[in-house]
Amino acid sequence: MEIAFHLNGTPVRLDAPPTRTLLDWLREDRGLCGTKEGCNEGDCGACTVMVTDEGGAKALNACLLFLLQLDGKAVRTVEGIAAPDGTPHPVQQAMVDHHGSQCGFCTPGFVMSMAVAHCTGRTDHDDVLAGNLCRCTGYAPIIRAAQAAEGAPAPWLADSAKTHPVSVDDLAAAYAARPDATLIAGATDVGLWVTKDLRDLPDPIFLNRVTDLARIEMGESIRIGAGVTIAALRDAMRDVHPSFAEMLRRYASVQIRNAATIGGNIANGSPIGDGPPALIALGATLHLRQGNARREMPLEDFFLDYRKQDRRPGEFVEAVTIPRHAPALRCYKISKRFDQDISAVCGCFNVTVEGGIVTAARIAFGGMAGIPKRATNVENALIGKPLTADAPFEADFTPLSDMRASADYRLTVARNLLRRYVHDLAGDPVSVLEVQP
Amino acid sequence: MMGKALPHDAAPLHVSGAARYVDDIPVPAGTLHLAFGLSTVAHGDILSMDLSAVRDAPGVVAVIDDLDPMPDCSPSIGDEPLLAVGRVHYVGQPLFIVVAESHLAARKAARLGRVEYAELPAILTVDQAMAANSRFENGPVIWQKGEIPPAPHTVSGSMEVGGQEHFYLEGQIALALPQEGGDMVIHSSTQHPTEIQHKVAHALHVPMNAVRVEVRRMGGGFGGKESQGNALAIACAVAARATGRPCKMRYDRDDDMVITGKRHDLRIEYRAGFDDDGRITGVEFRHLFRCGWSQDLSLPVADRAMLHADNAYFLPAVRIESHRLRTNTQSATAYRGFGGPQGVIGIERVMDHIAHTLGMDPLEVRRRNFYRAMGHAPAPAPQHPQASTPELTSQAAEGVPHSAPKPDPGTAQTTPYHMPVEDFIGHELVAKLAETSDYQERRKAIAEWNAKNPILKRGIALTPVKFGISFTLTWLNQAGALVHVYQDGSVHLNHGGTEMGQGLFQKVAQVAAGVFGIDTAQVKITATDTGKVPNTSATAASSGSDLNGMAVKAACETLRDRMAAFLGERHQTTGVAFKDGRVTVGGADYSFAEVAALAYQARVSLSATGFYATPKITWDRLRGQGRPFFYFAYGAAVTEVVIDTLTGENRILRTDILHDTGSSLNPALDIGQIEGGYVQGAGWLTTEELVWDDKGRLRTHAPSTYKIPACSDRPRDFRVALWGRPNPEDSIGRSKAVGEPPFMLGISAFMAISDAIASCGARYPALGAPATPERILKALRHV
Repeated sequence: MEIAFHLNGTPVRLDAPPTRTLLDWLREDRGLCGTKEGCNEGDCGACTVMVTDEGGAKALNACLLFLLQLDGKAVRTVEGIAAPDGTPHPVQQAMVDHHGSQCGFCTPGFVMSMAVAHCTGRTDHDDVLAGNLCRCTGYAPIIRAAQAAEGAPAPWLADSAKTHPVSVDDLAAAYAARPDATLIAGATDVGLWVTKDLRDLPDPIFLNRVTDLARIEMGESIRIGAGVTIAALRDAMRDVHPSFAEMLRRYASVQIRNAATIGGNIANGSPIGDGPPALIALGATLHLRQGNARREMPLEDFFLDYRKQDRRPGEFVEAVTIPRHAPALRCYKISKRFDQDISAVCGCFNVTVEGGIVTAARIAFGGMAGIPKRATNVENALIGKPLTADAPFEADFTPLSDMRASADYRLTVARNLLRRYVHDLAGDPVSVLEVQP
Repeated sequence: MMGKALPHDAAPLHVSGAARYVDDIPVPAGTLHLAFGLSTVAHGDILSMDLSAVRDAPGVVAVIDDLDPMPDCSPSIGDEPLLAVGRVHYVGQPLFIVVAESHLAARKAARLGRVEYAELPAILTVDQAMAANSRFENGPVIWQKGEIPPAPHTVSGSMEVGGQEHFYLEGQIALALPQEGGDMVIHSSTQHPTEIQHKVAHALHVPMNAVRVEVRRMGGGFGGKESQGNALAIACAVAARATGRPCKMRYDRDDDMVITGKRHDLRIEYRAGFDDDGRITGVEFRHLFRCGWSQDLSLPVADRAMLHADNAYFLPAVRIESHRLRTNTQSATAYRGFGGPQGVIGIERVMDHIAHTLGMDPLEVRRRNFYRAMGHAPAPAPQHPQASTPELTSQAAEGVPHSAPKPDPGTAQTTPYHMPVEDFIGHELVAKLAETSDYQERRKAIAEWNAKNPILKRGIALTPVKFGISFTLTWLNQAGALVHVYQDGSVHLNHGGTEMGQGLFQKVAQVAAGVFGIDTAQVKITATDTGKVPNTSATAASSGSDLNGMAVKAACETLRDRMAAFLGERHQTTGVAFKDGRVTVGGADYSFAEVAALAYQARVSLSATGFYATPKITWDRLRGQGRPFFYFAYGAAVTEVVIDTLTGENRILRTDILHDTGSSLNPALDIGQIEGGYVQGAGWLTTEELVWDDKGRLRTHAPSTYKIPACSDRPRDFRVALWGRPNPEDSIGRSKAVGEPPFMLGISAFMAISDAIASCGARYPALGAPATPERILKALRHV
């Protein structure tokens, strides 16, 4: 398929094979070797590039970015951010001045994440750089560099983009006609089928140009299109469901959140995805579409069994709807590392207490079963009584042991998260992240 | 030049993507790409191997599964065949080599082998290995000094300490370029070019002079590229010889983690006797190392753990028993600290345990057990420690007299291996750090805070490090250099050390520039090349600057002396000075370039080698006696943490470090090693967990499952300062080695977590490492 985009300011036109990644193309075909392969799975950030679309500049991992996703966009690599006269970009100079590189292999990725943040004015450097691993420096000099570069002008970086939108109706028709096609939105999961499982994807349908799938409609309830990225969802949740937004801050990394979509997070049915437990606790309704036929269901009913969902051939997730008000919602993500890690346990609580008595409860967990699962026995035990931390978790969950945590730890933490919730609602400090030195 | 906080020489290349790593080198047309087919069982005999689908896969040029004789990859005793012969010893062991037109084609084809095994029982754990007496060497190595006396109090315990994946960002890689007459040029990401040269020559049955190895830089090493790059270089050389085409091999990240060795995990068993004041009267350690399937570097690693079982503490009577166990897992290998961290954490646990038993401040117990102070006249007052922010200066390194005070061997206490500790500065250094970090006040404030907070708890700990500098294999303590001065005054610098990010090349360039009195910009740093400097030691054991800096200094002084002699004769005087890019003699004043041109025209040789061999060291490994180390490097860290008692989640809040790098060659690079070493050390003991399943499969084989510290895991408040006093020994510029010692400062984070847990109950936490949220929660239940 022929595509056109800008690379470091220069137009490029090429016939791209379906599963060629930007990283391999840059390094092998273009000889632009500044962009590094550190893991080829979107976890280290050494391949970070700047991609500009209509929404502005974004950091993305080139290893999980198929060339076909770039049509109409503009790409900058580490070789393409210095000024036309060769003056280094402010973040490049700051990294030199503050000794931010040692072995230098992660450095181009850091530089690109920093350049995007510089461009968009972000100064939450810990979050901006959560998707970039450095093994040498201990990060301190990199943060000093990022701070030093804040506000320094770099007016020469001004890419624009023009993509050709595709309607959701076209998508529905195409998928109904080719139900065996692979739908690819952010490619943060499907990309691994290619880079790690070494699979071919004979019939991909890319969703990134289906712009009307990427809308959020804010009303008394909130309708979130399946193509909304996690980054956009986080922004939308910040004021209405701050605890959900805070969890999304720790959902993978900037690079992944800029690509991954909430529809993909739901549709792939992973038991350890962080979106579904929060959405279930919110009482989300899922909207499915097959051709012109639509149906909806409570989100928890979509997950039937491990990696098995109630989805028909040619049917896709179109949107999810959540209520606007849920002041008691709290989302807790427990992982070995705070940032850019997959949950060992993700517990989301939404309990209504009226007159000292629990009148309604929606509690859902990830990492505790083969699916994102609602804790119905726990909920029932809580309803009708004052809120306590005493509930029969073992009736709802028989978790597994794996490399992330043991079954025992998972069950203990699930129970303890209810205790945390009780303390949290009472206003006690419960997060180590809020403790200052 | 020496002592200046210059940036890393390659920093402008790093930040622009122009720094070239092996995979970035443009290759000739027709270059082939290699991948290994891997064992899927931990132990078993290969019954059959059907590789027809591999051979038929698209892009495959050749499949190599049978070499006679089979090349060996071992750095020690020849027990690592390139490809498994008859039997496999771990999941991930290479079985065959795919040679294909592309990296992807090779990887795809490598998965198509059909191998049948007769599985054998796999030895995976310490207990299984002990039960089966599966070990290297005939029995444990035991060192004993004195008889352990009866003591008023004892503590004993057992501690599991996890391993660590190096996670160099650039994976293992090699490129072989066949030359005329059967010669081979190898580009390798290795800390040990001579070892690559030696192993490739052996595999090709050619002398070492037929193989040239070049290393410009590595994207991180940390010990993981001391021996683990051998297999790739040998495979590329063998395939290049067979096909006549250039061959490149790089491991995908998952392959890298599954195939290559890591830091040794171990169990430490201890029993310590002590008096009412917390002073140790005698201590016994038992180290149970899981070494993996081949010997690799396990013996010197385990030795170094024994050599650091005392850390900074005088042990009047001590017995150390070290088991080096053979298991059906990756071959555990060199990793920053090389066993030292495993030794140090044992005695730090003992100190912590004693303090808990006596209800004392652990810092007080530590101080009471310190070695006696360096026996010299009152030292000059320490200079104001250098702050890591906002700006770096060279105040520590410049203007310090190089005449260090003489230690007094008469009063020095000896280590468990009978070496007098003559340069101990722990008392003053720790006193200074305790003061600048407000240790005592914060300890009190933490106790008050904890009393008010039911769920979150804080903890604090100060731990020291004393790390022995020198290779324990004494003959490795040598280095060579080759320096040219061209007729335009530009200098070409080469030495045996390799650059893996630590800034060695810049430090050594500063040494060279200093000798010639010129700017480092006039010194061209060049790739390590076995054709320029032969018979090099690995860049390891923190020795890079010490050894190569001295060798380069010798070469440069030879050249400077030649130029001075020439000028002296020309001007009939002896006072020739090289300074600020100028050379003055008599009344004359030349630029350095003018002198180079004149010397050239006068037919003075402007090329010289330099050589250095570390003095004073002797070591009898079997008896465990001697002076294995030229000197010790010191440091200490205070870490404060907070933990969540409901989940085990934790955070480092603040870290203060005071570290001894002697008269620093480059304070900026040294602080970089300290900050980075600390975070890596803390990662080892907190988030970094290697998990094998009961079939011996490594389940954490990519960054998605193996979690090195991320940006926000660094201490929120991170204060690093250099001690700044000159090395009493005559090292390069009176500096001290800095690569490994700060790694062990991360132990303070672990001990601070233990302190936080201890605040929740009466019993000792007995925390295992790494202190993941799960282990913390487990320890909380225990107290």
